[in-house]
Order: sequence, then structure tokens, then C-alpha cells
Amino acid sequence: MEWLTLTIDGREVSVPKGTTVLDACRMNNIPIPTLCHAPELTSAGACRLCVVQIEGMRNLPPSCVTQATQGMKVETQNPKVRNARKVILELLVANHPLDCMTCQKMGDCSLAEYAYDYGVTGEVYQGEKRNLPIDSGNPFILRDQNKCILCGKCIKACSEIQGKSILDFSHRGFDTQVGPAFNLPYNESDCDFCGSCVSVCPVGALVEKQMVGKGRPWEVSKVQTTCPFCGVGCNFDLNVKDGKVIGVTSNPDAPVNGKALCVKGRFGMDMIYSDNRVTTPLIRKDGVLVPAEWDEALDLIATKLGEIKKTYGPNSIAALSSAHCTNEENYLMQKFMRAVIGTNNIDHCART
Amino acid sequence: MAENQRILVCAGTGCASSGALPIIDVLNNEIKRQGLEKTVSVVGTGCQGFCEKGPTLVIEPQQILYTRVTEEDVAEIIEQEFIKGERVERLLLVDQATQKPVSSMGDIRFFAKQHRIVLHNCGVIDPKKIEEYTARDGYKGIVKALKGMSPEEVMEEVKKSGLRGRGGAGFPTGLKWGFCRQTPSDKKYIICNADEGDPGAFMDRSVLEGDPHSVIEGMLIGAYAIGADEGYVYCRAEYPLAIKHLGIAIKQAEEAGYLGDNILGSGFNFHLKIFEGAGAFVCGEETALMASIEGKRGMPRVRPPFPAVSGLWGKPTNINNVETWSNIPHILRNGAEWYGQFGTEKSKGTKIFALTGKVNNTGLVEVPMGTTLREIIFDIGDGIQGGKKFKAVQIGGPSGGCLPEDMLDLAVDYDTLTQAGAMVGSGGLVIMDETTCMVDIARYFLNFSKKESCGKCTPCREGTTRMYEILDRITKGEGKEEDLDTLENLAITIKETSLCGLGQFAPSPILATLKYFRHEYEAHIHDHKCPAHNCTALLSYSIDVEKCKMCSLCAKNCPTNCISGDKKTNTPYVIDEEKCIKCGTCIEKCKFGAVTRA
Repeated sequence: MEWLTLTIDGREVSVPKGTTVLDACRMNNIPIPTLCHAPELTSAGACRLCVVQIEGMRNLPPSCVTQATQGMKVETQNPKVRNARKVILELLVANHPLDCMTCQKMGDCSLAEYAYDYGVTGEVYQGEKRNLPIDSGNPFILRDQNKCILCGKCIKACSEIQGKSILDFSHRGFDTQVGPAFNLPYNESDCDFCGSCVSVCPVGALVEKQMVGKGRPWEVSKVQTTCPFCGVGCNFDLNVKDGKVIGVTSNPDAPVNGKALCVKGRFGMDMIYSDNRVTTPLIRKDGVLVPAEWDEALDLIATKLGEIKKTYGPNSIAALSSAHCTNEENYLMQKFMRAVIGTNNIDHCART
Repeated sequence: MAENQRILVCAGTGCASSGALPIIDVLNNEIKRQGLEKTVSVVGTGCQGFCEKGPTLVIEPQQILYTRVTEEDVAEIIEQEFIKGERVERLLLVDQATQKPVSSMGDIRFFAKQHRIVLHNCGVIDPKKIEEYTARDGYKGIVKALKGMSPEEVMEEVKKSGLRGRGGAGFPTGLKWGFCRQTPSDKKYIICNADEGDPGAFMDRSVLEGDPHSVIEGMLIGAYAIGADEGYVYCRAEYPLAIKHLGIAIKQAEEAGYLGDNILGSGFNFHLKIFEGAGAFVCGEETALMASIEGKRGMPRVRPPFPAVSGLWGKPTNINNVETWSNIPHILRNGAEWYGQFGTEKSKGTKIFALTGKVNNTGLVEVPMGTTLREIIFDIGDGIQGGKKFKAVQIGGPSGGCLPEDMLDLAVDYDTLTQAGAMVGSGGLVIMDETTCMVDIARYFLNFSKKESCGKCTPCREGTTRMYEILDRITKGEGKEEDLDTLENLAITIKETSLCGLGQFAPSPILATLKYFRHEYEAHIHDHKCPAHNCTALLSYSIDVEKCKMCSLCAKNCPTNCISGDKKTNTPYVIDEEKCIKCGTCIEKCKFGAVTRA
């Protein structure tokens, strides 16, 4: 691998060829604020918050889309750069509701974090503000376009992670919005509700509806786990407050799935505390389902299957396995049917 | 009486909207009626450049220009010119300096100082006829290239000519072609950017309307040099006549064997299509333009990769604008050395400007690079309307800047103008007189830029609106002490951090007016006065008792009844400033100059 040496804020650093200036900084613990950048998405270079000064370059180039070159001299914190970032943040905050106290994103909001860092007040540019309706017509995603900073990450997540391309920009200039075609609410669009858009939103424009009012980021502990819904093995973080799961968020380090999840994994956690949940085996006695011990239930199943096989032959028995199970469990199921029962009558819900 | 006389009627968009098209029919009927059809013919041409005086027509070969012609004038013109051999004096142009009518185009200041290379055929030929183009050496450039020059030699010739892109940035054309040529690929495209969008600029439209074959020939030569076999002309849909004429020209060129496969038996293939844009200003930016052709939302993307490496459909692509392409045939035909004699050392050739505003002669003018602003405004433009005082020239459209009087002797070329805080841009020249408020002008251009921002990058999307709001406040007399610092800091940040040229140059009108006309901003903010008496909210009207004859005309015409007084009781007429809406009707109505505006 070819390595390059460049100078960042007077410090010499070496990075592999093909590294962006942003990554070169982050590899060396030099903080650069970003809003539209996400490692798993292609870079748009749109928010312009990551601008730096590079010797010999016109204007202030955005570090996320500028390739590091041999001998490059980069300044990331000089007054000119910090002033430019502050102006950009002031512009964003001037067109952003300042209801942070009640915002679900408080404590996890990139805009708030950088505004604090750069001493932004939101008072410099007073003027027109957006006033768009809130989209709350679906059970999963709460969308407040007034908080949207138009970074475009949700659009990229929809097309590049989920492959659906439901979202795009509409209108122009100051009136620019993000949304499904014709600005339909999410529930009237072709949205799968995978929530990838929510997982990349840096502000409170897209939040998990189920978690609203349930807890603040600093009250929540994140427990990494594997999704039980199917055999893919997606990882995510259970958000736990006071011993209770209040929701699910993507874990960017999830080895199988990254930030991607499906609607069940991300939003299907309410079953944990459902009253309808079956917690013990049930045996029908005199027409009524009665709770039973596992031993009793398994004995009963073994006896019944044995009787049927003996009386009617193995091909009178069939099994349908489930996507809820892991690959290993599904393998065991077919092995059981073929080797123990002696039939090929085995199928799977995902195949039918 | 001379044989084969022609009447060239300007049928470009400007003159057509002033009523030129019916004049052509009336001329033909009248020629027939007077039995002249064997010696006199009528040609509907493209733009002759003198739009403000339209409809215009030129009698050839004598080169007599008639202006503001109406259908009723036709019979008289035909009779005077072709039967009596005399002029219709009242339709001739009056020279503002001598106050005398001038008939011959050679004597008209507007034309005398121009040097027409790109506009060589505009207003002279019928753009719908390929034979009229070929009769004036058309397609000789591509023939020369295909019959005796290698693509490298063609590229070298263009490089040597010193031609720089006429779209605004002034990048050397030959060098740009070279980048695209060097990129290995099985497919390359060339594009003609005809998405002309600067307010007031219409040179590209006029070239496409008046001489479409020159653009096709330029693109053919470029395609041959670069190694492209397919091209697009991206033209805004608001240019229906340009699209129509270009469509006809493409068809004719295909039939004549200049477009298609195996052109002129050379083995070189080139196909040309028109793509109609929906009118977004930002689509003039090359990456947004290509996105638009691909069917995507017209938004710029970051460069690199540059179009020469990855352009349309991911293939190497070269984009030049109409005027640039239209220069190419002349360079090939006459050689780089010939071309190099025009212009300055670093800005070769000519540039077309759309001269508009408070100047006597407005229209399309083509001058050698290096001509001074003073020559353009006071010679070609014949000075300021109504004898008023010149204040500033806005050059380069919404991305350009305003230059004051003491910069009138600047040579118009890429580097000089950029240094002065303006730019050649696409070539808009708006002349302003003492009644123009420079804060209001900046506000006007910012209103344009904010509406045309695509919304992708933060500084341009949010910042243009905030700059506009500050300017709007200042023109309303609500400016605050800190506004100028805020405005300047915002403008510089937007310039330095925006993604594309639209954003980077949107603050130019502000930065240039702050540089040269800061006192006007200060007068608005500190004194609540508009020095040009233009900003309504800052005006106050009063009646001079000495001059007032108490005729009551002002009071009778005041739409808000805010003027009171009575002759009988000798009560002087006064204006109630609370109720006054500053419409200016009282000033217009007063016969004694008793109402004053301050």
C-alpha cells in the first residue's frame, strides 16, 4: 500500500493513498465537524461544515470529498476556518426550531453539539423560518421537516442501504424539502419503514416514534444484541432504561448489517412486554389450553408423533420451519424430520 | 436601380415580440403590389443586435438601417427605397451626439466599433437555410479538419488561438479539450451549454436563432479533436425559436452529410441531439446540466471527478457554451494566428455583450477583448439615456459585480475584470445612472440568486436568503449598525464555502457594491436616506410653499388623500407623511415643480 505524508495543523501524519482529508484527520484524532458525512454512505459534500484550509487551494475545500495528497498542508482550526463553520452553523440554527428541551434528539443531536462547540446562538440571522406540517401518520417514524437541515443522508440511506429510493429533495433553494414523491406522508408512500433514514439523521427531523418521551440518551444504556426475528443475525442496540427496553437503535459496528435493519428488527420490540405473549407450553385439555411444563409437552409430542408414524407411516407427517429460527435450528429441524421421522416433508416459511 | 436588393428583417425573439413577423408578410405583399418581386427579396434573419430599436430592417447592399418599423411604414419604405431611391428619414436612427439621422450602418456608432466574428452571420443570413451558411464559408472549417488535419493538429490550432471559454470562467478551451481527449474510453460525449440564464443576457439565444450551423460546425470540429461521437445541445425550453432553428439546422446538416456516420467519407461519426432544460439557472453549471440530461434533479455535484474524466453517463465529456463553440469554425477556417490578432495577450478574440440598462443604444454587441468599458458604453452605447450621469456598470450578471465611473477605462478581459471584483461572465452589461440605488441593485441580484439556488449546500441555500433579507431591511430603512459587518462576513463565507459557482459568486454583487459604493449603504443605515432617491420607504415628499400655486391638482390626484390645503382660506397645501404611500403621483401632476422628493 502506498502511503502519503501530509501536514495537518503543523503535525506530520501518514495515511494510505486514497484517504480523504477528513479521514486523515479522524485517523489522527483531529476533530472535524460533519453533518452530511457518514462512512457507510457516499459523500455529497453538501453541508460544508467540514471545510478546512489547504495551502494552494482556492476557497475552503470540504475535507470529506478532498483527497489527501503528498505534502499537503492542511489547517483545520485556524480562525478563518472556525469562522466559516460558525457562519454555516448560525445559518442552520437560524432556520431550526429551538425547542431542544422537548426534542427527542436532545443529547444526541449533532447540530446542538457543534453549535455549543462553536458558540452559536441562532440570533445572528433573524428572518424567514420554515413552517411545515409534521408527518406522524405512521406508527414508526416521526418526521418533523422543520428540524431538517437538508444534509441528504436519509436520501442516501434509502437508496444506498435499503435500495428503495423513496426519498429525494423537492423544491429549490430555501424552500428545499426532503420527502417521498409528491411530498406524500411516509405511510402513503412505498416506504418499507426499515428506519435506515432515522438511523443516519443527525438532528431531530426523523426519530423513532415509540421512543418519544420514553427516555433521554444519557438515561439509556445500550445493550448490543442479535435480532431474534430471523436467521440473518443482525446486531443492534437495545435501548434500556430502568431495566426496560424502550426501543432499538442501529449499532454502526454491527458486523453483519451495519446500520441496516428491517421494520421488524427496528420497530418490532413492543412484543417483549405484550400481554398476549406465550411464556409456557400450552396443552389442550378438554378443549381448553392449559399451561404445562416443557417435559410434559415434549413427552406428549414425542408420543403422538410416534403413534402417527406407526399407524399411518412417516409420510403422514410434515413440518414447516420458520424464518424466526437460526440457520442452525432450521438445519436441525430438517435433520430431525429426515433422520428421526423418516420423511422429506419439510418446508420453510420463507420458501413458500 | 440595383439588381438583387434584399431586405433583411430581424426575426429574432426581440424583434419578433415587437411585431416583426407580420412585417415580413406585409413587405412581400407590398413588393408584389409595386411589381418589384424580380429585384427585391425579403429575408427573415436572426438577431441584428439592435433589439431596443426593433423591429429593425436592413436594405442590402446599401446597408441602410430602419428602426422601429411598423406594418404601416412598409409601403412608404418600399416606395422611397426602391422606386424613388430615397430614405424614409423619420425611421432612421438619430445619433444622440449630433442629433442627426444616420442611415448607413457603417456610420452608426452602435455598429461601427463592433467586430463581428461570432455574430458574422447573425442578422445577415436566413438561419433556416443551410445554403446561406455554406455560401458564407460555412462548414469549410470541418472540411479542412477532416480532409487534412489530424485530431491533434485541430486541438493544437485551438490551443494556439488562445480561445477561452465564453461561459464565464474563461478556462482555455484547447486545454479543456485536451483533458477529455486524454481520458481513455470507448465512448465520449461533447455538450453545448445553451442554458443561458443570466438576467439580461441573450447572446447564446441569438447565435442559436440566427446562426445555428456555426454551433453545429464548432461541435463537429470539437468532437473530431476530442474523439467523441455523440453530442447534446442543452437548451432551455424558454428558447423555442432557438430550439426550432437548431432542429432545422441539425436535420439539414444530416441531409447534407455533415452529421451522422462516416461524415464526408472520412470515417468520422457524430450524432447531435437537442435536450430541452426546464429552466433552472443552476443547470448551467456543468455537473448539474449533466444530471439533468440523465433525468436526475439538476443539482451540482462535487468535482473531482471532472466531466473530462467522468461526465455524462459516467463517460468523459467536454462541455462548452454556445459562443465558445461558435468561435471554433472561424479559428479553423482562418487559422489561430488570424484569431490571435483580436483581443489582448491573455484574452484573445471577441466577446459578445448584452448591453442593457440606462444607455441610449441597447442590444447585442461584439467587440474585441480589451475594449474599454467607456468605448462600449459611450461609443457603441451612445451614452446615458436622457443625458443623466453614469453611475455604475453591472457586469457578469448575478455572479458579477458593479464597477464605478473611475473604472470605465478598464479593458474588458477576463483577468482585468476579475481583479476589479467583477467578471466577464456570460457577458451581461447593465448600465446604471444616478437614479439607480446600488443597495437595491444588490438586493435585486440576490433575489435572483436565492430563487435559483438549488438547495444542496448550506451556505448558498440558507445564506442567499439571509443576505437578501439584510439588504431588503436596509432598503426599507430598517438597517442596523452591525448589518454591514454581518453582511460582509456572510458574503465572504458563502463565497469561500459554497459547492458550485452559483453559490461562490452569488455574493459578488454585494462584495462589489460594498467595495465601491459603501457610502450608499451607510446613508441608508445611518441617515435613513437613499442617495439615488430610489428606495420608497426612505423617501419623503414635501410641498414648497413658495412655488405652490394652490392649484390643488396634487391633492385631487393623491390616491390616499393625504394632501390638504385650501386656496380660499389661503391654507397652504401640505402632505401628511403618515398617510403618504410615496407613490410620486403629486410630483408627476405638479406643473410648478413645487413638490420635492428627498
